Amino acid sequence: MLEGILIGLGTAFSITNILMVIGGCLIGTFIGMLPGLGPMSIIAIMIPVAISIGDPSAALILLAGVYYGAIFGGSTSSILINAPGVASTVATSFDGYPLARQGKAGKALTVAAISSFCGGTIGAILLMVFAPALASVALLFHSAEYFALMVVGLSAIAAFAGSGQVGKALLMTLLGLIMATVGEGALFNMPRFTMGIMDLQSGFGFITLAMAMFALPEAIYLVLDPSRSAQGGEGGEIKDLRITRDEARTIAPVIGRQSIQGFLIGVLPGAGATIASFLGYAVERNIATKEEQEEFGKGSLKGLAAPETANNAACTGSFVPLLTLGIPGSGTTAILLGALIALNVTPGPRLMLDDPQIFWAVIISMYLGNLILLILNLPLIPYIAKVLAVPRTFLIPFILFFTLMGAYIGQNNATELLILVGLGVCATVLRFADYPLAPLLIGFILGSMLENNFARALQLYDGLGFILERPMTLGLLALAVILVVLPSYRARRARLRAEGVADAD
Amino acid sequence: MALDRWIALVILMICLAYGYAAFFTMDAGLAPFMKRNPIWPSTFPKILSVLSVLTALSILLGLEKGAADPKPMDINYRRLTDYKLGQALALLGLMVAYALLLRPLGFLLSTIGFLSVGAVILGERRFHILLPVAAAAAGIVWYLVQVVLGIFLSPWPVFLTNGG
Repeated sequence: MLEGILIGLGTAFSITNILMVIGGCLIGTFIGMLPGLGPMSIIAIMIPVAISIGDPSAALILLAGVYYGAIFGGSTSSILINAPGVASTVATSFDGYPLARQGKAGKALTVAAISSFCGGTIGAILLMVFAPALASVALLFHSAEYFALMVVGLSAIAAFAGSGQVGKALLMTLLGLIMATVGEGALFNMPRFTMGIMDLQSGFGFITLAMAMFALPEAIYLVLDPSRSAQGGEGGEIKDLRITRDEARTIAPVIGRQSIQGFLIGVLPGAGATIASFLGYAVERNIATKEEQEEFGKGSLKGLAAPETANNAACTGSFVPLLTLGIPGSGTTAILLGALIALNVTPGPRLMLDDPQIFWAVIISMYLGNLILLILNLPLIPYIAKVLAVPRTFLIPFILFFTLMGAYIGQNNATELLILVGLGVCATVLRFADYPLAPLLIGFILGSMLENNFARALQLYDGLGFILERPMTLGLLALAVILVVLPSYRARRARLRAEGVADAD
Repeated sequence: MALDRWIALVILMICLAYGYAAFFTMDAGLAPFMKRNPIWPSTFPKILSVLSVLTALSILLGLEKGAADPKPMDINYRRLTDYKLGQALALLGLMVAYALLLRPLGFLLSTIGFLSVGAVILGERRFHILLPVAAAAAGIVWYLVQVVLGIFLSPWPVFLTNGG
C-alpha cells in the first residue's frame, strides 16, 4: 500500500494534475452553485474535455474534482439563498439558510466548508483502507461471479429507489440494458437492432445519452418553472467567517460520526450523497439533547455540519465500488465509469494492478482537492457567490449550448444533436411521470460488460450450468432476486395490514 | 390512466417489438458455425425482453402501489400549461435549428444566433449586452475547442470556405 501511495503522490503532484484538481474544483464550485444544475449534468458537460486530455489519471482527477466541487458549491447556494444547487445539499438549507437570515452567513459557510473538508478527507482515508482490501477479494472473481455481481448492483439500485418506485427503476435499468445492445458489439461482429439506420451502427453515444438524461431535462425544468432558479438574494452580507472554540467543540463529534456513516452509505449502490445527507441530519437530530433538538431547523450548527459532512463522505465512498469492482452505484459514478471506458481504462479489481498510478493518483488527489476547496472557499466565497447574480435569460441558453457542444464534440456529427434533443424530450417526459433516470444510464453503461461476462461464463460452462456449479454465483443471483422482490412484498403486506385495520374499525 | 402507466404501455410496445426481433427474426442470418455456440447474439436480448415485458406489465397493471404524494420540487405535468411551456418548446425548436444550421452557417454565426435568440425567447431585451456576450462566448469556445482541444470546428459559413 505504501508503494501505491508513493506512486499516487508522484502522479498526483505533477503540475498538470495539480492544475486539474484546481480547475475541477473551481468549475465544480461555480456551476454547482447555480440552482438546478446537478453534479451529473456538470460532469456530463465536462466529459468531452476530460476525454480529449487523453491521460486517464488526469481526466479522472479533473472529473472527481468537479464532482466534489459541485457538492460543495451546492451548499453555498443552499445557505445563501435557500436554493440548493444539487439534491444532496437540500438538507444543508434546513439550518444553513436560517443562520444566513440571522446574519451569520459567514459562520454558516465556514462550518459548511470545515465539515465538507473533514468529511471528504476522512472519506478519502477510509477509501484508501477499504478499496485495496475489497479489490483483492474481487480478484478471486470469475466472469460468472462478475455477471452475478453486476446483476446484484443493478437490482440494488432499483431496490433502493424508494417506495412505489422499484418497478419503475427496474424498468429503466432494463431499458438501459436494451439500449446497450443496439449497434455493433465487440462480441459478435454483427450489428443488432439498428433497423438499418447507419447512425445507429455504432450504438447510442454514451455522452449524448448522459446529456439527454440529465443536463437537458434539468434545463427544460428551469425554463418551465422560473421559480427553480429564483434569485432570493436576501441572504445578507457575508462577514465574520470565524467560529469560536466552543462551536468547534460542538460540531467535532458530529463530523466524526457523519464521516463514517456517510462513507458507508456512499459505498452502497443506489444510495449516495442525497440519502446520506438526509439520514445524517435525521440521526444527529435524534441523538441530540432536548435543547439542541429545539434548535434544529432554526439555525443549529450541528444540523448544518451533519448533512455537509455526510454528503462529502458519501461522495468519496461512492468511488469504492467504482474503483474496485467497476460497478457504479450512482448516476454520477456511472458517468465517470463511461469516461474511463472511453479512455481505454477498464475499472475493476485489475485497475489497482494494471494501472496503479490511476488508482492511487485519484485517491491522493482527493486530499488535495478537499484542501483546495477549503482554501478556495473560505476567503473567496463572497466573490464566487456573485455568480448567483447571473440572470437566467443568459444562464439557460448557455446551459443548452454547452449541452449541445458536449454531444457534438464527442461525435463531430450534427445528427447526434438531433438524437440528443429527441432523447432529451423523452427523458423529460419520463421525469414528469417520476421515472428515475440514473438507472437507465447505469444499465446502459454496464450493459455490454454484463453481456460479455455472461457470454464468457456461458462459453466456459457450455450452458447455464455455471449458475448451479458456482455457489457464489448462485448466492449473488438469489440476493439480487431478494433485493428486488423484498421492498414490494413488504409494501404490499403493510398495505394489506393497513386495510385490514381499517376494516376492523 | 396516469402518465406513468401510459409510459409503461409505450415501453411495453417497444419491448414487445424488441422481443419479436430477438426471438423470431435475428437468428435467421446467423452463420451455421455460430449456431454451435452456447451463446447467440440473440440470447441476451431474449432474456432482457422477457424481463422488461414482465416489469412493464407490472407497472401497467398497477401491481406496485407507492406513495402518491408529489414531491414539492417537481413539476406537476397535469398543469403543464401553467408553466412556461411555450418558452420550453421554442428553445427545443431552437436546438433543432442549431443542429441543422451548424454545418451550413458555420460555428460562429450559428452559435451567436443560438445564444442571442435563446436569451430573447426567455425575455432578454438588453441587446447591447447580449450581442457582445454571445459573440465573445462563441469566439472563446471556438478557440478552446479548435486550438486547445484540437477538434476541428468549421467557423465560417459554407459559401465562404469554398465548400470546405
